[in-house]
Amino acid sequence: MDINILTVFILAVFVGIEIITKVPPTLHTPLMSGSNAISGIAVVGAIISTRIDGEIGTWLGLAAVIFATINVVGGFMVTDRMLKMFKRD
Amino acid sequence: MGWTNIFYVFAAVLFILGIKQLSHPKTARNGNLIASIGMLIAIVTTLLAYGQLDLRLIAVGMIIGAIIGATFAIRVEMTQMPQMVAIFNGFGGGASALVAAAEFTKSGDITSFTLSTISLSVFVGTLTFTGSFIAFGKLQGFVSGKPLVFPGQQLFNALMALCLIFFSVNLVMNPADIKFFYAVIALSAILGVTLTIPIGGADMPVVISLLNSYSGVAAASTGFVLMNNGLIISGALVGASGLILTNIMCKGMNRSLANVIFGAVGLEQETSSNGGKQITVKSYSTEEAAMIFDAAEKIIVVPGYGLAVAQAQHAVREIADHLIAQGKTVLYAIHPVAGRMPGHMNVLLAEANIPYDQLKDLDEINPEFEDCDVALVLGANDVVNPAARHDTGSPIYGMPILDVDKSRTVIINKRTMNPGFAGIQNELFGFENSIMVFGDAKEMLQQLLKDLKDL
Repeated sequence: MDINILTVFILAVFVGIEIITKVPPTLHTPLMSGSNAISGIAVVGAIISTRIDGEIGTWLGLAAVIFATINVVGGFMVTDRMLKMFKRD
Repeated sequence: MGWTNIFYVFAAVLFILGIKQLSHPKTARNGNLIASIGMLIAIVTTLLAYGQLDLRLIAVGMIIGAIIGATFAIRVEMTQMPQMVAIFNGFGGGASALVAAAEFTKSGDITSFTLSTISLSVFVGTLTFTGSFIAFGKLQGFVSGKPLVFPGQQLFNALMALCLIFFSVNLVMNPADIKFFYAVIALSAILGVTLTIPIGGADMPVVISLLNSYSGVAAASTGFVLMNNGLIISGALVGASGLILTNIMCKGMNRSLANVIFGAVGLEQETSSNGGKQITVKSYSTEEAAMIFDAAEKIIVVPGYGLAVAQAQHAVREIADHLIAQGKTVLYAIHPVAGRMPGHMNVLLAEANIPYDQLKDLDEINPEFEDCDVALVLGANDVVNPAARHDTGSPIYGMPILDVDKSRTVIINKRTMNPGFAGIQNELFGFENSIMVFGDAKEMLQQLLKDLKDL
């Protein structure tokens, strides 16, 4: 196993903890739906997996593309809709 | 493929910058835009970097997904946001599991390391998928919001988990034997259901946060399957975010994560210490309540899930506008676990154009109740239950609560006298300074506004 890739993972967890603790409770719902959209990064994996030879692999990949795109598009759009509403006096 | 990794890292940097900007309401919208640009870069990079892609197939998938996702995002009511996030989490987790499954069907040698990460992705992804749909069903009312338990449930879950480990190990040892792969999928799916059904409605904020974290973990482990930095970094960010929110929610209820997941709170009426004690309440009409408001200087509104159910956020705003116009002070007290997801109330009140600087969190608002004339409790119950301070037998004992009882008068609006989601009777309702105004929150507030104007 490549140790670099594990290093990347662990450092990313720390960065995540650092930046997310700074988000105030007011924005927790948009944070959740926004980070949810980011977890739609699985779309990258989904695109790659459609190349896999053989019927089943391709169809699984297509289903993955659909699922992940719902996550990405829906997530970013609904977050934007929410954030538009936050106003000051 | 050196250059592709550079672009993935760039995309990850944009995600990080985007989340960073989410730390302030002013920059938050821009942050979301930056993150979405990061996603676009990641997608385009992937399409360009990998050969032999069936672009037509991918385009079809993305268009279908985009239409479904956009429809959800445009149509959803702000009150339904928890179920919306739940269902998106489910799709994200499902996608990760599908990618891992597709990799598994790939012909040729797969290393043991990759097989382990595949089984991890399939496990977490499938569990997130089924768990999220149960959470969605509970929030939407398709599945009972009450905890569903059966005898030996925890033993059953433990057995399932053991079997899952056994099959996963076998999967790694004998990848040729497809039945182990199916067994891992099936058990993960069942475990997602049996771990979510015993959790009560009031504990939903924890579950949603946890599922959010899982969807990140699933994406990261898929990243290990594909050795893709983009997935690993983004998955780690989301996993951390979900975990932090889960922790904040647990602290808000003073309960451990294990207690939330396995506690099945709300199951039985607690009869230990104050069980059977009758509470006598004073019930007022909106007209009588209006007179109290008229004499008040400082008013604190305490919104709860009942406000969301009644869609009463705009009615609250109208009353507040009227009171502020008369020179009174109006503030809002937001408990960390009010509603069904972290920050649920803030979004609802923002929808009604209530400025976010009038919304105060627990630590900020509690000292304010001392000199508050009227605390108006709208569809909140457990978060204002004084039993949390002294009744060691209560399931909410130790939970930090909003000190509404310190106000001169507490006006509580509820539909009926039924106990809240935790299934506990609230002694606050019988307090000397408490007044109940029964009815649907929206109708009650509209009537109250009319009565206020008629004074």
